[in-house]
Amino acid sequence: MKLQAKDIFDKLKSEFSDSIIEIKEDKGSDPFITVDAKKVLDICLFLRDTEELSFDYLSSLNGMDYKNNLGVVYNLFSTIHNHKITLKVILDKEQPSVPSIEGVWKSANWHEREAYDMFGIKFEGHPNLIRILSPYDWEGYPLRKDYKTPEYYHGFKVPY
Amino acid sequence: MSELRTIETEYSLLTDRLRVNVGPQHPSTHGVLRLEVVLDGEIVVDVIPHIGYLHRCFEKHAEAMTYPQVVPYVDRMDYISSMNNEWSYVMGVEKLMDIKVPERVEFIRVIMAELNRIANHQIAVATFGLDAGAFTPFLYFFRDREMILSIFEKTCGGRLLYNYFTVGGLNYDIYPTFVDDCLAVVKKVRETNAEVMELLIKNKIFIDRTANIGILPADVGINFGCSGPMLRGSGVPFDLRRVDNYSVYEKFDFEVCVGKGEVGSLGDCWDRNIVRMREMEESCKIIEQAVKNIPDGDVKAAIPKRVKPPVGEVYCRTETPKGELGYYIVSDGGLKPYRVKGRAPSFVNLSVLPEISKGYMFADLILILGSVDIVLGEVDR
Repeated sequence: MKLQAKDIFDKLKSEFSDSIIEIKEDKGSDPFITVDAKKVLDICLFLRDTEELSFDYLSSLNGMDYKNNLGVVYNLFSTIHNHKITLKVILDKEQPSVPSIEGVWKSANWHEREAYDMFGIKFEGHPNLIRILSPYDWEGYPLRKDYKTPEYYHGFKVPY
Repeated sequence: MSELRTIETEYSLLTDRLRVNVGPQHPSTHGVLRLEVVLDGEIVVDVIPHIGYLHRCFEKHAEAMTYPQVVPYVDRMDYISSMNNEWSYVMGVEKLMDIKVPERVEFIRVIMAELNRIANHQIAVATFGLDAGAFTPFLYFFRDREMILSIFEKTCGGRLLYNYFTVGGLNYDIYPTFVDDCLAVVKKVRETNAEVMELLIKNKIFIDRTANIGILPADVGINFGCSGPMLRGSGVPFDLRRVDNYSVYEKFDFEVCVGKGEVGSLGDCWDRNIVRMREMEESCKIIEQAVKNIPDGDVKAAIPKRVKPPVGEVYCRTETPKGELGYYIVSDGGLKPYRVKGRAPSFVNLSVLPEISKGYMFADLILILGSVDIVLGEVDR
């Protein structure tokens, strides 16, 4: 049965109570549920393994820079029930760390590496958290809003 | 098949694992992809893909552009099927701004996307044949693809990168003989496909070469986030044109093609390939239905000159030839997007490669990679 975002929120709330922070359903925007970063692995396992939710497909995992904080956005989808939900966690900018969900959906492996590469978010428990798109010894996290392009890389001038 | 095949010998051999770099400059990696392959004799023990050689900071660029200016950048992600890429992005922005585009636009978009799907699958099957050693179908497909490209050229001037879809509509209207050209393409595609079916797909040598290798079980495919022909080849009818029913696809009668394991096991390289062949036929059906009923009207919705979506965020996805292409667009109410993330199907589909190529011969690895149908512009963005 296809569930709406509100129903999914209620189900999560009854299971995890305080760890589910809020739901936002604005017009013209996808509804999303903000959750506690520490509990994200348990929540994802619950979302995948509960029969009426059955979120078996991780569409996308995006790193975010909210200027004062960092964040991770999970776009989940269920190929069985055809419903979707967006989860969001807010992380501290100094120590951005969140449990890895690589064990829940394998597709998270490369997405998390990309989020680490671009935003410097540490995914705890990730089997191979190294850079994926930039060179392995690149410094800094390019998609952060306060990123400054280094002038030189290995003695070569970086264009632009 | 997935476990290692051991070779019995009468005497003991001193063997060692061998590390081989395939690429980044190698024709069979379909672009600048480097595969670090660990070999035991000729058997693949592990594959470690190294990507990023074509990383052009699309997401960072997008943050510095206004919304319509991002469209040409989106073209360059999957440069084989640019129309589909553009569609996903402009649909996301339209969703943010709550724009309803005219029906004429939707029809033309469907036709363009399906034409581009045919062009993409032609390349995919052609290069896959090339990997297997069949050169003739490659030439046939490229000859036919020219007809599709000339339709695009007559419509918008571009042969590879179109910049045709725009927020709220299309940049140009179609030209007078557009419908006839489309029908001519459909006719030609069917002719060639029938020929290639006999020449390549049902060829015993080709079947021996591609059946039973690179088997992707359905549950593994879903867990790895695979989509498009990759997942449908494993028998999962996951097609966003039907699942999400976006645009006007509900008006058209077409089937979602899935692999059935006809000549080997379900989800092998041959299955993925046959799904692409059959999808070309389904695209032909859609084009035939669509060109008959293109409504009259404008090709642009009434939108403000300056595209300025309200605060919000959407994840908008469409079915591109390679799978689910989604854009996560965040607007802070300004003229430029706050964040654009492209969820590229090739990127996700490639991540399953180590899983499905272990235990096969090194020559099979090249075929398995070919059957994934990657475009490095999209993997690296």
